[in-house]
Amino acid sequence: MVKQSLDLEAASLKLVFGAATAVTVVVLVAPSVIVLLTSFTASYSLKFPPEGLSLRWYAALMDADQMQHAAWNSLVVATWTTSISVVLGTAAALAIAGNRSRWALALDVLFMSPLVLPALAFGFAALVYVYLLGLRPSIPLLVLGHVVVCVPFVLRTSIAALSQLDPALLDVSRSLGAGEWTTFRRVTLPLIARGVGAGAFLAFMASFDNVPVSLFLADERTEVLPIHLWQQIDTNLDVRTAAVSGLIVLATLVLMVLAERLAGLTRQLR
Amino acid sequence: MSLSSAAPGLHGFTVAHYARFFTDAFDYSILGATLLLGAKATALCLAFGYPVAWVSARAGARWQSVLVFLVILPILTSVVVRTFSWIVILGREGVLNKLALGLGLIDEPLRLLFTETGVIIVLAQVQMPLMVLPILTVMSRADPSLVDASKALGAGEWRTLWRITVPLSLPGVIAGCILTYSACVTAFVTQTLIGGARLIYMPLHIYSQAVGANDWPFAAAISVVFMIAVLAVIGALAGLGRASRAHAHG
Repeated sequence: MVKQSLDLEAASLKLVFGAATAVTVVVLVAPSVIVLLTSFTASYSLKFPPEGLSLRWYAALMDADQMQHAAWNSLVVATWTTSISVVLGTAAALAIAGNRSRWALALDVLFMSPLVLPALAFGFAALVYVYLLGLRPSIPLLVLGHVVVCVPFVLRTSIAALSQLDPALLDVSRSLGAGEWTTFRRVTLPLIARGVGAGAFLAFMASFDNVPVSLFLADERTEVLPIHLWQQIDTNLDVRTAAVSGLIVLATLVLMVLAERLAGLTRQLR
Repeated sequence: MSLSSAAPGLHGFTVAHYARFFTDAFDYSILGATLLLGAKATALCLAFGYPVAWVSARAGARWQSVLVFLVILPILTSVVVRTFSWIVILGREGVLNKLALGLGLIDEPLRLLFTETGVIIVLAQVQMPLMVLPILTVMSRADPSLVDASKALGAGEWRTLWRITVPLSLPGVIAGCILTYSACVTAFVTQTLIGGARLIYMPLHIYSQAVGANDWPFAAAISVVFMIAVLAVIGALAGLGRASRAHAHG
């Protein structure tokens, strides 16, 4: 009798949590699936399910000059941002990881703060700063702004990877006569490469997707894709927007699968 | 800048912009609405995120990877694309209304787009990984024999959950809440596109003062107020986290 009620209770917990998980997974995935299916519509409206299937809106993207220009800007900015963030983030991680001094802790908090502070306030502050210096919005300044908000991703995953590193390996390398630089290149770097890679991937996506900083640091000339799409959605809901969105969803999926295969993305994040 | 009397540039100091914020009921009602919005979205995120972390922590390595992959899918997909998709879902003739009407759950289409409820749902979906991942990390490190011991001593599943699993995972819960909360209150794109022009939260307020009204000192003042308010909430949560850790180890 007691045993039976225990089993019922055990089943009820699994049922409730399992159901909540199922609902969450559906809600998490649904938007990506729906936007992808909508983008193949043959009609002029964004109804779901789509009325007829065609690739016409993808074809229409060929002539969307402004959108292509914005997409190119975004790619350039994201690539530069990722490269700089990887160098700075890894360097900072090397200095901070394993260092228990008060300075290291303070630096860690400082570098991570863009993740929790309102990004829009940072974007505005960056604009004010740029103007006080007498400069105008440009791509290099946009990259600089993105680096500030993207470094935390590389820093976090690199510190995590470094904390898994067995310090004995470094001692062995040094005792065998390898210099600091050789040890870093031949031992440390290969062992933390997956962590750094996962961070680089996250930084790239965060930069490509950034709105709050770009909103202030980009002008018509340096317009980036998310801002362009945002204005499109805000003014006229055009089906080409769905086609670009479809492309972005597909590209994100492909990149995520690659990052999972190459850097073990999901393992780096838990 | 926020202490400056004229725009733009620094010419003299004044606290007038701060005084204006705190004497205008409209201004601080926006701050209140934003902080409350973050709390509601974080609560929803926790209610669904905790079970997801619990299930993931008990799943095999393969399924755990699949679940984590699905959880991070939305946050890595462009925020504008995500929000755009939600417009298709939540609209008057959107997927959700069609489904609910078809199933006979409602007689009239629900208004979800441009409402706070809509904003909360979308925020909770988008920020889910920030809640799930820290909880999952802490849960995977917890000693599973404690759960076995609790069950062997006759405690049921729910009792074990409340008395063992939840207290042990509290640091993860707090970390998740801090990340989710700060992401929700500052989610400019989601707030403006799903909330529309009539639901004004702090990020939009800052943006329209800075770019629309070109009033930089005031925009700077409300940015500072907003940042301090968010930091205060985060600080309170972090304090709770320290207290819970002390409790768990005491």
